[in-house]
Amino acid sequence: MKELSELKLQVLDLLKEDARRTPQLISTLLGVEEAEIKQAIQELEDDHVIVKYATVVNWSKVDEETVTALIEVQITPERGRGFEGIAERIYLYPQVKSVYLMSGAYDLLVEVEGQNLKEVASFVSERLSPIESVLSTKTHFILKKYKQDGIIFEENEDDQRLIISP
Amino acid sequence: MIVNREQPAGEPRSMNSYLSPLVREIKPSGIRKFFDLVSASKDIITLGVGEPDFTTPWHVREACVYSLERGYTRYTSNAGMPELREAIAGYLENEFKTSYDPQDEILVTVGGSEAIDLALRALIAPGDEILIPEPCYISYSPITAIGGGVPVGIETFASDNFKLTAEALEKSITPRSKILILCYPSNPTGAIMTYEDWLPIAKVVEKHDLIVISDEIYAELTYGTKHVSFASIPGMKDRTILVSGFSKAFAMTGWRMGYACGHPDLISAMLKIHQYTVMCAPVMGQVAALEALTNGLGEKDKMVESYNRRRRLIVEGFRQIGLECHEPQGAFYAFPSIQSTGLTSEEFAQQLLLEGRVAAVPGTVFGLGGEGFIRCSYATSVAQLSEALERIGSFVAKIK
Repeated sequence: MKELSELKLQVLDLLKEDARRTPQLISTLLGVEEAEIKQAIQELEDDHVIVKYATVVNWSKVDEETVTALIEVQITPERGRGFEGIAERIYLYPQVKSVYLMSGAYDLLVEVEGQNLKEVASFVSERLSPIESVLSTKTHFILKKYKQDGIIFEENEDDQRLIISP
Repeated sequence: MIVNREQPAGEPRSMNSYLSPLVREIKPSGIRKFFDLVSASKDIITLGVGEPDFTTPWHVREACVYSLERGYTRYTSNAGMPELREAIAGYLENEFKTSYDPQDEILVTVGGSEAIDLALRALIAPGDEILIPEPCYISYSPITAIGGGVPVGIETFASDNFKLTAEALEKSITPRSKILILCYPSNPTGAIMTYEDWLPIAKVVEKHDLIVISDEIYAELTYGTKHVSFASIPGMKDRTILVSGFSKAFAMTGWRMGYACGHPDLISAMLKIHQYTVMCAPVMGQVAALEALTNGLGEKDKMVESYNRRRRLIVEGFRQIGLECHEPQGAFYAFPSIQSTGLTSEEFAQQLLLEGRVAAVPGTVFGLGGEGFIRCSYATSVAQLSEALERIGSFVAKIK
């Protein structure tokens, strides 16, 4: 793993706040030549440090019904491959949004998204549980998202400052 | 029954006539007038705000909440909680190489403003002249006048990056000069003073036996170069009252937490006034300030980095628009010149507000040397700043 330069860290910091920031704006904000910024971004993309520019959506603001569940999965690791093979079998499902290998009482934490409760439940009973090395699952449905990826969903954004002050 | 001999019998006496002449003669602040104008406007972006856009970090707010739950609701020692004074001493030593004894050289106040008021009241004898480099923060002159002193402005110039020069200081000195008020990094100009800049000033101060009140409330907000406290200049510590606080660096404006440091004789005189007027700074604020110094330095550094980015954006923006802008190296203000538009500061600010929908403060509000400039705070989001710069750009293109 490479150590990131100070410049790249700063570029990442600015893009994490807002991925739409242009190299020109970033160049001004950091006081660094635009060409250098472009190169830093290119390298970050090539090295897959920047994986993707995605949008954080607050689905609760719209009628689009989705259900998300976090599923604790206990598994028997495979000889020679440990958890890798089984994790892959799980994460290849498109309805699986994230998979983490965990320390503690269970092995994988799987985030699953579906249109409704039934869809998620049937994914667990028909796809996940039948996998041979899966010993047990515990499904927790998410009721409300307060904060995701460092972003507070219902933050009070009113500027409470006096509009002019000395 | 009070009889007013200046008025005809039967006429009710104006309440104003009861006022102390010192207070009556203070002109209403120009910023107040502009505030009313801005308040009446809609859909504007304001660059007129003199405080951070960050909310106080959560761990600081939470420390205060916990302290209330535990019942910390009583007076503290007049000078402030001993733990807080010790933390301030340690912090100043580490950051700015100025050492003060928390026992008798540090006083915790209700904002930096109280510290300035106390210092002036403790020092001024009627008729003393108080030297004030301008443009500067708007309070020094009125507080001086209320205290019976005579404010003497010293004009500073964009060509010197609004630094105070020894020549200008020397020229303003009379046999009645007693106090020099310094505010670097500067509100409104963003000017800073380096060690080399300070040395000749220190010589003049020594030569004329001046006392210095150094308002270093923006000390932490410098970019590319570390703040040099006037009190750290050899020989200056004993004749300097260092004033600072938590408002700007720790985003704690509404808490009103400040402090003054100086020679025990001066601090104990200020403490005398402080104990008879406010008793002690609010205990909740003191607890929060202690938390900020103990666990908040990392967050402070992040905020400084964030201001620095926006500083580059606004300065570059003004230059692209064609407004000359010296590089502000401290605080969170840019002070561009609007002389090329042919308008006065006040005309420019008013028209920019009404036609460009951006609020900025006319430089004249800040005293001598402010004409021809506007103060723009960049303590606002990158998106708002970009939009404001675009609006200023089209406004300037239209009037030029």
